[in-house]
Amino acid sequence: MRTRLPFALSTLAAGLLSTQSAMANDPVELTMYYPVAVGGELTAVVDGLVEDFEAQHPDINVDAIYAGNYDDTRVRAMSAIEAGEAPQLSVMFSIDLYELLEQDAIMAFDEVVETDEERAWLDSFYPALMENGQVDGKTYGIPFQRSTIVMYWNKEAFADAGLDPDTPPENWDEMAQMAAAVRDASNGEQWGVMIPSTGYPYWMFQALAFQNGHRLMSADGTEVYFDDPAAVEALEYWVSLANEHNAMPDGALEWGTLRQNFLEQSTAMMWHSTGNLTAVRNQADFDFGVAMLPMKTQRGSPTGGGNFYLFKDSSEEEQRAAMTFIRWMTAPERAATWSIETGYMGVSPDAYATDALEEYVETFPPAAVARDQLEHATAELSTYQGGRIRQALDNAVQAALTGQMSPADALAQAQREAESVLRRYAR
Amino acid sequence: MYSLNAYRGMQFYGVLLLLPAAILLITFAYLPTANTLINSLYIPSFRGEPRTFVGLENYQDLLSDTTFWQVARNNFLYALGTIPTSIALALGMALLVNARLPGRGMVRMAYFTPTILPMIAAANIWMFFYAPQIGLFNKLLSIVGISGINWLGDPNVALSSVIVMSVWKEAGFFMIFYLAALQSMAPELKEAADLEGTSRWSFFWRVTFPLLMPTTLFVLINALINAVRVVDHLFILTKGGPNNATNLLLYYVYENAFSFFDRTYAATITVVILLVLALVATLKFTVLDRRTHYQ
Repeated sequence: MRTRLPFALSTLAAGLLSTQSAMANDPVELTMYYPVAVGGELTAVVDGLVEDFEAQHPDINVDAIYAGNYDDTRVRAMSAIEAGEAPQLSVMFSIDLYELLEQDAIMAFDEVVETDEERAWLDSFYPALMENGQVDGKTYGIPFQRSTIVMYWNKEAFADAGLDPDTPPENWDEMAQMAAAVRDASNGEQWGVMIPSTGYPYWMFQALAFQNGHRLMSADGTEVYFDDPAAVEALEYWVSLANEHNAMPDGALEWGTLRQNFLEQSTAMMWHSTGNLTAVRNQADFDFGVAMLPMKTQRGSPTGGGNFYLFKDSSEEEQRAAMTFIRWMTAPERAATWSIETGYMGVSPDAYATDALEEYVETFPPAAVARDQLEHATAELSTYQGGRIRQALDNAVQAALTGQMSPADALAQAQREAESVLRRYAR
Repeated sequence: MYSLNAYRGMQFYGVLLLLPAAILLITFAYLPTANTLINSLYIPSFRGEPRTFVGLENYQDLLSDTTFWQVARNNFLYALGTIPTSIALALGMALLVNARLPGRGMVRMAYFTPTILPMIAAANIWMFFYAPQIGLFNKLLSIVGISGINWLGDPNVALSSVIVMSVWKEAGFFMIFYLAALQSMAPELKEAADLEGTSRWSFFWRVTFPLLMPTTLFVLINALINAVRVVDHLFILTKGGPNNATNLLLYYVYENAFSFFDRTYAATITVVILLVLALVATLKFTVLDRRTHYQ
């Protein structure tokens, strides 16, 4: 027996060694949650990209899990963290930043980048898209499925109403008049314009306020300015589209069915995320155009959409692998593919310089509108306690649009609520 | 000595029998309840500081939270709108498909179909029914010249729209219980009543309905629980809007816990819901049970 023991030990050791070397070859497993907010077959696009990545990087496995809309994805990720099953990375709402920081869930990309090349990558995106992802000079969010609000218009409806089909409204007055003209010309069959007021009312309102030269929040996320006269004027204009101009239906307009409304030509214009562009292009059986949002004193739209975040609770190896994946996903060629397949923006100037996207933009000019609008863009409403703050503003917008309160009263109430929520955060 | 031992043995045996259920109940019902109660006495951590004990402050805040009262009122109206209607409808449908009827199997299945659909799927279908311009309802109404009802976007109509969908979803489920009860009813009762020349109306109110009371009680409790427990459709249809017009208690709990990350306030609302439900259940079992005939 004794003589055999060394042999037994050595086989055991050999066994251990072999499992260890197998472990070194085992791919790094990454879990990623991601949202889709505009419907359509975007999950297939993401799955395709992930598959390509895995083919090129056999040492990394990415489990990409579709988690619903932005809110659902936040819930999924936060529950996973609490259950000790934190993902290594996720695409989440760009405005979740302050809350993720407060929950101590995410880490800055600055802590993971090592080489100069990687640092240069951090600076390769459109600055307007980085606004929602940076705090105190550190980068926490890398832009991925990013959008602005654009205006889709039905050229045939414009022609039927005696308007120039190729000229979208430049400013608020023109939009109201053109929309009313469409409504009149169609004998009440068709609405002039629809701005959705469920889902993300604060986002649409932010666009209107910014077009009126007003920002709704401070840069550090601790103050909001909802009851400013410029904001009140913006909300009054929105309400007047239904009440005075008879160009938009009364009440709250559903975000989720709006695209269908536009496709079935029940409205001649809609304000919606540029993320709908490809779906509208594929399904519209009429000629349509895409334009920047009209202006009051200036052009303007908030950016929107999802960023990549790195989560803290992961090994260094996983963090490096996650960054490899994020760099791959946001590289110009992939950003171009993603933009063409969805309508979301190419996130860097380099993406628009790729042959694929350059060609696409040439044959389909609407694809460049969101990019061109970037220079008029502002950060999406993002503050501490963002959920409550947005809810307060959403309620105000809906209360005004449904005629429960005057725009001034509604915004004053939202401001009071927001101030009491943010009391603890003022620096 | 011997008998005492046997007695202990029996006791031990009894405890063993109860153990599986007790463990499940303790882990999944009592512990979370206690945990919720404790949580409701704190406010959440703030910028790295640990959570702080505040006693009943959350409950005080709740009393002065106008949204909470609006949501509670909504939920009361929602219960009032869904429970009696879906029970009456379920009973009516059960009586109909219990009678001799051509294509009875098909009708039964048709009534039961909404129950099989997941709530989220059903809500997605109904969202397009309700869509103001392109939806089924407004297209039908436009034939008779009514137009422009914004079913989910008008705060005066939105809650009713949500109620109608819930009734549609639930009635078929409750019908199954009534149908089962009707089928197990002795046919002699009907024969005797026919001999006596009792009208169908008084037979229903004097015989059928009282005999169905256990089922009604069961369905009533289920309907009440559902009125508080099922809010899946709100995620699709309205997200509690416009301006909280369709917000219900559990959805408000969800908002606080997951949109606002205020778990302790969510716990506070949960405790209040639990108390109210416990009270209602006690009332039902004491008052209604006495008036219920078990065969």
